[in-house]
Amino acid sequence: MLSDTIAAISTAVGESGIAVIRVSGPEAIAEVGELFRSKQPLTEVDSHTVHYGFIMHPATQEKLEEVLVSVFRAPRSFTTEDVVEISTHGGIISVKRVMDLLLLQPNIRLAEPGEFTKRAFLNGRIDLSQAEAVIDLIRSKSDRAFSVALKQVEGDLSRKITELRHTLVETLAHIEVNIDYPEHDVESLTTQFIKTKCAEVTEGIDRLLKTANQGKILREGITTAIVGRPNVGKSSLLNALARENKAIVTDIPGTTRDVIEEFVTINNIPLKLLDTAGIRETIDVVEQIGVEKSRAAVHEADLILLVLNSAELLHEDEIHLMEQLRGRQTIVLLNKIDLPQQLNREVVTRYFSEEAIVELSVKTEEGLDHLEDAISTLFFGGQLESGDLTYVSNVRHIALLNKAKQSLADAYEAADIGIPIDILQIDVRLAWEQLGEVIGDAAPDALIDQIFSQFCLGK
Amino acid sequence: MGFEAAQYDVIVVGAGHAGSESALAAARMGCNTLLITINLDMVAFMPCNPSIGGPAKGHVVREVDAIGGEMGRNIDKTFIQMRMLNTGKGPAVHALRAQADKVMYQHEMKDTLEKQANLTLRQGMVEDLIVEDGKCVGVTTQTGAQYRSKAVVLTTGTYLRGKIIMGELAYESGPNNQQPAVTLSHSLKKLGFELVRFKTGTPPRVHRDSIDFAQTEIQPGDENPKFFSYETKSSDNEQMPCWLTYTSPETHEIINANLHRAPMFSGIIEGTGARYCPSIEDKIVRFSDKPQHQVFLEPEGKNTAEYYVQGLSTSMPEEVQEQIVRSVPGLQNAKIMRNGYAIEYDVIVPTQLWPTMETKLLPGLFTAGQINGTSGYEEASAQGVMAGINAARKIQGKESIVLDRSQGYIGVLIDDLVTKGTNEPYRLLTSRAEYRLLLRHDNADLRLTQIGYDIGLISEERYAQFLDKKEKVEQEVERLRATKVRPSDINPLLESIGSAPIQDGSHLLAILRRPEVTYSLIHQFSPTEHELDEEMREQVEIQVKYAGYIEKQLIHVEKLKKMEKKKLPENIKYEDIQGLAIEARQKLAKIRPMSIGQASRISGVSPADISILLVYLEHYNRVTAAGG
Repeated sequence: MLSDTIAAISTAVGESGIAVIRVSGPEAIAEVGELFRSKQPLTEVDSHTVHYGFIMHPATQEKLEEVLVSVFRAPRSFTTEDVVEISTHGGIISVKRVMDLLLLQPNIRLAEPGEFTKRAFLNGRIDLSQAEAVIDLIRSKSDRAFSVALKQVEGDLSRKITELRHTLVETLAHIEVNIDYPEHDVESLTTQFIKTKCAEVTEGIDRLLKTANQGKILREGITTAIVGRPNVGKSSLLNALARENKAIVTDIPGTTRDVIEEFVTINNIPLKLLDTAGIRETIDVVEQIGVEKSRAAVHEADLILLVLNSAELLHEDEIHLMEQLRGRQTIVLLNKIDLPQQLNREVVTRYFSEEAIVELSVKTEEGLDHLEDAISTLFFGGQLESGDLTYVSNVRHIALLNKAKQSLADAYEAADIGIPIDILQIDVRLAWEQLGEVIGDAAPDALIDQIFSQFCLGK
Repeated sequence: MGFEAAQYDVIVVGAGHAGSESALAAARMGCNTLLITINLDMVAFMPCNPSIGGPAKGHVVREVDAIGGEMGRNIDKTFIQMRMLNTGKGPAVHALRAQADKVMYQHEMKDTLEKQANLTLRQGMVEDLIVEDGKCVGVTTQTGAQYRSKAVVLTTGTYLRGKIIMGELAYESGPNNQQPAVTLSHSLKKLGFELVRFKTGTPPRVHRDSIDFAQTEIQPGDENPKFFSYETKSSDNEQMPCWLTYTSPETHEIINANLHRAPMFSGIIEGTGARYCPSIEDKIVRFSDKPQHQVFLEPEGKNTAEYYVQGLSTSMPEEVQEQIVRSVPGLQNAKIMRNGYAIEYDVIVPTQLWPTMETKLLPGLFTAGQINGTSGYEEASAQGVMAGINAARKIQGKESIVLDRSQGYIGVLIDDLVTKGTNEPYRLLTSRAEYRLLLRHDNADLRLTQIGYDIGLISEERYAQFLDKKEKVEQEVERLRATKVRPSDINPLLESIGSAPIQDGSHLLAILRRPEVTYSLIHQFSPTEHELDEEMREQVEIQVKYAGYIEKQLIHVEKLKKMEKKKLPENIKYEDIQGLAIEARQKLAKIRPMSIGQASRISGVSPADISILLVYLEHYNRVTAAGG
């Protein structure tokens, strides 16, 4: 496996306006060359040179991104393999476009966590004494990527993919029974039936990819929960940041009954804002559900914006909340500085550092820029990187979905020209495995279990 | 007290399908070999179905033959029916299946064993192993005879603390009321082996003259039978048909009314049965909505009236078995000659083995066949031949032979057993193979005969034939590639079979790739200089037609091989590799994989763990190379 070609984003998304995608492996130069247009073909350039040009869409030949491409030929590179680095404009959209295209290339796959460093080590580029550090890096990156991936695949995406896989595994089990028990009284599968199933699953994948491209999967960023007691200005803050008017804002406590999401980009940093119902004990059943959800949102969040009303005294609930949030990445917003001040700031500093406290008025927008600065400081200080991983995890999903779709297309095409079912099975099985990778389910024995639970077999 | 009986190179315990192969392989490789078994009348006995082969299993028999084992030749001598299954599907899953004359099968195998040089066949009940300096150096029998050796292969089948169960009745027994091996099981436990209990079963046998065949459907053999062994070129064996009938609603009623007497459900059976070899009571309970189940009536031989009732495997009490059998159309007046029964037996947890079939715990001790948790004669035979080969190679100081998952179903079988273990009797299925398209019935020789020749199990004559075939096939593929065709020449032929005409010049290889074009059509258009036999033509056709898919799988195989080549040192201390996840550390320490490839197939070892292992290995190798 050391000889295939891998790609990954090697800078944090949003950093300093430039993002770098690194590609390493024997096909790196050729594959990037396929997508890159400049004065000289990439395959002919010298090592250690930088080239200005455009990433082109291979089908439409449309110019997609203005980029700088650096070429490092083996063995004089970080991994000692051929390495290409593509520098794009730092926005998430630019990186996404280029990365998605790269991963559609047949010979490139997304790097595993820590894989560039692993290769550098295995190829003798990193000193022996660093072995332990390399191991630590792989472990920590994998664990983090795993926990992010896990978070991602909970819920809807996971359910939909599980359904698609179920259709495939039933079809596969049927094919296998036809092969392994040819005399058994199980209906013989026709290629027509397999085609129908492939088409059905392809449609399902298309629907998922469409939502992905619209951004529902992709536009994840740093999950940011806005929390606070009812009516301290959480929804107003969300609206001010999003400059849209999606959450209903009233003066009656408890109007926001569910978690509202909004995606914003602050200084190029993608944030997914969650506006939660006010956290407090409540007897209203409907509202209770909202409060439960908001607790869950707080639990999941990478960053918490705690909104306090500085025109009032601290409430018992708020002290309780601050206790709970201690140790979490939190920015405390003292809102309503345009009103006479009542809040005892010292109490807040018992829980959070001064740098984490921002005074502002959402209503007059005074101090809003301080909040944006505080978020940037946290992000570029390296304390927040979950958004980056989430994004990578998304890229991975899309690449796998595209691959599964291609596998099904191969099976469909083969069925059309009369290839026998045991050979069609190869591509159908591949699609099933690729979808399994999206949700981290790769149990190879699942197929055999399915065969014996679906069919009554025996001698 | 015991007495010193004799000295051998290799001792094989048990002369079933695994034991016979082990002993033959070891003896043929020049080892002075003892084959010792409880009852010499039971050599190569088929305690269950009278058939060999089928998908995956038939492939294995071909592989056993290709590497130099006996099963293929033996069944070719003794078949009473031969059928190629799955002919409507792709070449990879074409599968040969034979009905055997059970008694003839035994006689032929015994004859082969008796005539084999370097091989002593001896009746005796082995009760213990002789262990010296932590190594297995022989066996002790019930009579006190001590046989010494450099390696021992245990192939105990279902004899190890065997127990037959039928309704409320249960008694210690090997298959078919043979004497079980009880003491040996205790000895293995005392030595520290982890044993578990498995269960299998067999249906009743009925008298031919009590069957009304008119109520059943005939299932004849193929008119032009193919053979398992690459050596068999023809046969004048007469074929006998099998017969198909079905269970009736009455069958299901009888079983449901008597479930409380079924040992499977009453709790008498503690062993784990296989999902793919269920009893009829199990099928009816688990698939209650299935209105009927197939029942095949299979002759057990030419000179016997016994018919095997495939599909009615049961451990119900005798009187219930009578009712069940008689509820089946065609069997209303059937006379049972032998009861069906369930049998429980001890198996050793197969993750205690190296992929060479040698136990990790006791160097010099190999195990093969059902003792390792498999089911099936073919699976046993495959393990037997590999254990025999590796026992011989070990004492001759030669490198062991381990087939990987791309080389054969034998590799898949053994790798699954020693890497993942099994929690039920393990049966091979084609779906267990990742590279099914490469592991075909037709190319077993191309995959394994070179190895068989190199280790001394394939004769010079056969090897010459093999090389000839290989060369002619390669030449013909090359000729097809080199032969250009013009549209005007080939289009009439293409049009005559409804295939699209070509626009520009092409070559024969491209034409043959079309699904609708056969090799014989190509041959008709452009004959070869030297006539190819049927086997060679088949090979050319398959290699050309499926080249695209074959190449795709070969890319994966290349990756597999790379990972298999990365050997993990035996003394590696997984507990101390901090980066590994806890579960991975425990699993790796238990299985002690031979390579990174094997490690990656252990459940609970993640890709991140493998990355870490690679880094660790690199570190280890560099330090070792530096002499540190």
